Amino acid sequence: MTISTAPAATPTRAPAPGAPAPQKRRRGGASGSRWVAAAFAAPLLVYLLAFYAYPLIRSIDLSIHDYNVRAFVQGNAEFVGLKNYIDVISSPLFGQAIWNTVVFVVGSLIFQYAIGLALAVFFRNNFRLSGILRALFLVPWLLPLIVSGSTWAWMLNSDNGIVNSVLQTFGIGQINWLTSPDTSMLAVVIANIWLGIPFNLVILYSGLQNISADVYEAASLDGAGPWRQFWSITFPLLRPVSAITLLLGLVYTLKVVDIIWIMTKGGPANSTTTLAIWSYREAFGTGQPDLSPAAAVGNILIVIALIFGFIYLRMQRRQENS
Amino acid sequence: MTARRPWWKTALGIVFTALMLFPVYWMVNVSFTKTQDLRLSPPHIFPVDATLDGYTEVLQQQLPNLGTSLLIGLGCVTLTLVIAAPAGYALALLNLRGGRTLNFVLLVAQMIPGVVMAMGFYAIYVRLGLLNSVGGLILADSTIAVPFGVLLFTAFMSGLPRELLQAARMDGAGAWRTFTSVVLPLSRNSALTVALFAFLWAWSDFVFASTLARNSVLKPVTLGIYSYIGNNTTQWNAIMATAVVASIPAAILLIVAQRYVAAGVTAGAVKD
Repeated sequence: MTISTAPAATPTRAPAPGAPAPQKRRRGGASGSRWVAAAFAAPLLVYLLAFYAYPLIRSIDLSIHDYNVRAFVQGNAEFVGLKNYIDVISSPLFGQAIWNTVVFVVGSLIFQYAIGLALAVFFRNNFRLSGILRALFLVPWLLPLIVSGSTWAWMLNSDNGIVNSVLQTFGIGQINWLTSPDTSMLAVVIANIWLGIPFNLVILYSGLQNISADVYEAASLDGAGPWRQFWSITFPLLRPVSAITLLLGLVYTLKVVDIIWIMTKGGPANSTTTLAIWSYREAFGTGQPDLSPAAAVGNILIVIALIFGFIYLRMQRRQENS
Repeated sequence: MTARRPWWKTALGIVFTALMLFPVYWMVNVSFTKTQDLRLSPPHIFPVDATLDGYTEVLQQQLPNLGTSLLIGLGCVTLTLVIAAPAGYALALLNLRGGRTLNFVLLVAQMIPGVVMAMGFYAIYVRLGLLNSVGGLILADSTIAVPFGVLLFTAFMSGLPRELLQAARMDGAGAWRTFTSVVLPLSRNSALTVALFAFLWAWSDFVFASTLARNSVLKPVTLGIYSYIGNNTTQWNAIMATAVVASIPAAILLIVAQRYVAAGVTAGAVKD
């Protein structure tokens, strides 16, 4: 979606690679059908080259040249090799952006997953209205991120926000959620947790559906209570699904721009500047696009996302083989 | 076990759902609040003394933006289906050489951060003059849905009964004929799922809109909301009214196509 992002964190989902079902030889001559298959795939191949490969090559090209606005239009930017990368890595913001990214991703994932799992287990009970209520849980995930982001920004507003006024009734004084560097990260993580719960709930719920009821029956005959059943059956049997949910969530949370940008713009004092936000701000956050360093940050982000992406692919393959 | 349905579980479920949906409720509540009441502390929990001012403003200012978003969403759906459906057919049912590699590329494509794609598109569009155009946004937004669409079509189509395809071939249907009169009709549900996600993602897109169409005459509604936040921070009722209106497609799609949404999220994520 992102879940998006989410929505982003538009968390979306990718079906597994190499769907099973061994292909049968077609009758009409192998070479003929080969061309037919290629013809059906041709639009996709052209599309991938034009709208994935080419933009990516351009972004690498941006990162190894020194592009300013004039060079952009004239196309005569100076080649600087890895200078942009060195500048970025040696910048004092680099360490902070990495740390913020880690806090944002790990903080979001742990709670999205824990709450999603608790809800999935809860909804496994087939009570009245459970289907409808579960469907309603999808709502936050389907809303445009800008909608959720601005709603949370208003709810967490220091003076007039509903969150502070609720806290006040418990005797907790005003918290400057979005304007204090101490709480801004917490604020965006809370919003992002909220956004990620539906994705976790849906995937973990369908994982639970695949655990046979017999196992639970046997366990309750042996006298295992619900708590024991969760730790000895549900959690271990769900482990592969959990791992995939978390890894996917990680890959998608790394990319999140919208929600943080709308709520804090990466501030105050860079306290919510993740790698993705840093890159976005360098490129488009000011009047003057400064694309070369932005592309360098973005490409570093790609490498990090791909490392975890490959871990995901390996895990999925291992699961397929087992 | 299933015969007993304790009411307190339903009650608890309602409480959880209410907590989860509170921000959505709050958005609706604020959208009806009068401007002078926005600063109230504590705020009204219900829209007492409701006003439609926020909505009047939306209708006056955001209608063209909503139209643009609709256009972009439909454009993305069309483009995604046209590219993804035949590719899914080739990957699932025809012996496409390099199919595994292509699958792999599609998975990797989904991991690339949108902000990097946005920079690449920006650099290309500057030269081509596609910045601030609806067509340019449709192309860029479609990159979110196309890999997903191909993978979903592939997963679904590989489950189609081969006998049907063989029967079609016996009747003398070629690959194209089989595709249009057998495979496509049977894949209607997965086409709906792909279309639904392509539309929602394009409708919700902010990153591409804010980078490739920031000075556009035709703005999508996400940018409409964003410019409100920038210039007009006091008008939270208007912002929230726009947000409510911008959420309507999601609400409608959820009601109409609930099971496709769940199917889309889980498609292939959990393989057993």
